[in-house]
Amino acid sequence: MMIHQYKLNGFDIVLDVNSGSVHCVDDVAYDIISLFCEEKLTRDEIAETISAKYPDITSEEIFEVFEDIDELKKAGKIFTSDIYEPRAYDLKNRHTEIKALCLHVAHTCNLDCSYCFAAQGKFNGERGIMSLETGKRALDFLIENAGNRVNLEVDFFGGEPLLNWEVVKGIVKYGREIEKEHGKNFRFTLTTNGVGVDDEVIEFANKEMHNVVLSLDGRKEVHDRFRKYIDGRGSYDDVVPKFQRFVEARGGKNYYMRGTFTHANPDFTNDVFHMADLGFDQLSMEPVVCPSDDPSSLTEEDKKIVFEQYEILAKEMLRRKKEERPFTFYHYMLDLEGGPCIYKRISGCGSGTEYFAVTPWGELFPCHQFVGDSRFKMGDIWNGVTAEETVKDFKMCNVYAREECKSCWARLYCSGGCAANALHSTGSIRGVYEQGCELFKKRVECAIMMKVAETYGEEDEN
Amino acid sequence: MKRIKTIETRNLKESLKDGGCGECQTSCQSVANQPCEKVK
Repeated sequence: MMIHQYKLNGFDIVLDVNSGSVHCVDDVAYDIISLFCEEKLTRDEIAETISAKYPDITSEEIFEVFEDIDELKKAGKIFTSDIYEPRAYDLKNRHTEIKALCLHVAHTCNLDCSYCFAAQGKFNGERGIMSLETGKRALDFLIENAGNRVNLEVDFFGGEPLLNWEVVKGIVKYGREIEKEHGKNFRFTLTTNGVGVDDEVIEFANKEMHNVVLSLDGRKEVHDRFRKYIDGRGSYDDVVPKFQRFVEARGGKNYYMRGTFTHANPDFTNDVFHMADLGFDQLSMEPVVCPSDDPSSLTEEDKKIVFEQYEILAKEMLRRKKEERPFTFYHYMLDLEGGPCIYKRISGCGSGTEYFAVTPWGELFPCHQFVGDSRFKMGDIWNGVTAEETVKDFKMCNVYAREECKSCWARLYCSGGCAANALHSTGSIRGVYEQGCELFKKRVECAIMMKVAETYGEEDEN
Repeated sequence: MKRIKTIETRNLKESLKDGGCGECQTSCQSVANQPCEKVK
């Protein structure tokens, strides 16, 4: 059994890890559940301990809490056991269909962002752009390997995909021609730095792209610190008006602004609020992932600030929602009622099994962050996935493959984390990127608190 | 006064029976928030 308890923003929250149940409790119940977890005391001894701490609480009231806990146990909502581990090992033997491709249509970029994992869009290799023929073959490859899956995702990525825009449009056109006959539904998406956005791009993307990710780091001085043209000029003044036109014309379809924060701006909520004040309401702001000796890397001191910032962000979002000017934050969009099933939660993001990145030359890699690392080349779109051992490694890259994850309360929210981050920080895809874990857990605590606040009002009534 | 209030959540053990269709979107942390295609 595993329980996670924490107090945040006036709420006492109890999370039953294995069932996914969330309970909002008062201080008395919080302490009783905590003593139950220790499994050292009898119920009479627990009642005695609680009476000593809360002299106004009657013994009858304490035993009422015991009864409530017993009822919840019977309903499978508290102190439940983990029965999922055997399923995780079944994953290794199951056949997986491919349901998503990240098409690197351009290994080149018109910006030179120093923190970019793609290194000027070239992924430490040659510049290159994908041909229409290769793009079409990628869609055929996806359909051939998708089994009965209906929804297929294709993301246009780079580098900067707008530098190969005619091919992007050609690939979409081809997809629309073939999807019906195969009983499939392509969801095309686009990730762009905004420099090449014009009216024609906006019109086409708003018609065909299921989602768009628009890169903006927030305040002008923050954005321009890293997101520069090759000649050193910042790109903020160029891209912000384009993004505003893009989003306005999108008419409610999915998009989100995606920023990166670094050692230079651990006070990143100011950048989130800046984006909200620019009129954007679907936002994401991610901590930079880089070697710890990199000057933009977050330090231990930064981390304390970032933790506090996540709380500030959650409280401000609740306030703005109340004022009817809400915005969403990617990591706080926790779907408790309609979220993913347990199979999804224990198998993770799908990189190297259900999801592959395709280079301009048609090579396959486990995901966009592995592109350029020849150890992880897994085949190509003409001959298929040939690196069977690597596939097995990625199938096993789940929550239960890591000792640290087995005892972590957040494991069914993060699904074991990002394989690329693990590789870059520990040298193994099955390593644990500790800084990422700490930030992730803080975000989940904030997200659950927001759900509790939305359900039971701004402040806990107890 | 009820001291324990429970928020409605998808029961993960129940999802052993009704989950696994695989139609959900792939997910990049750079999982928990995506809506299940069946439930939504």
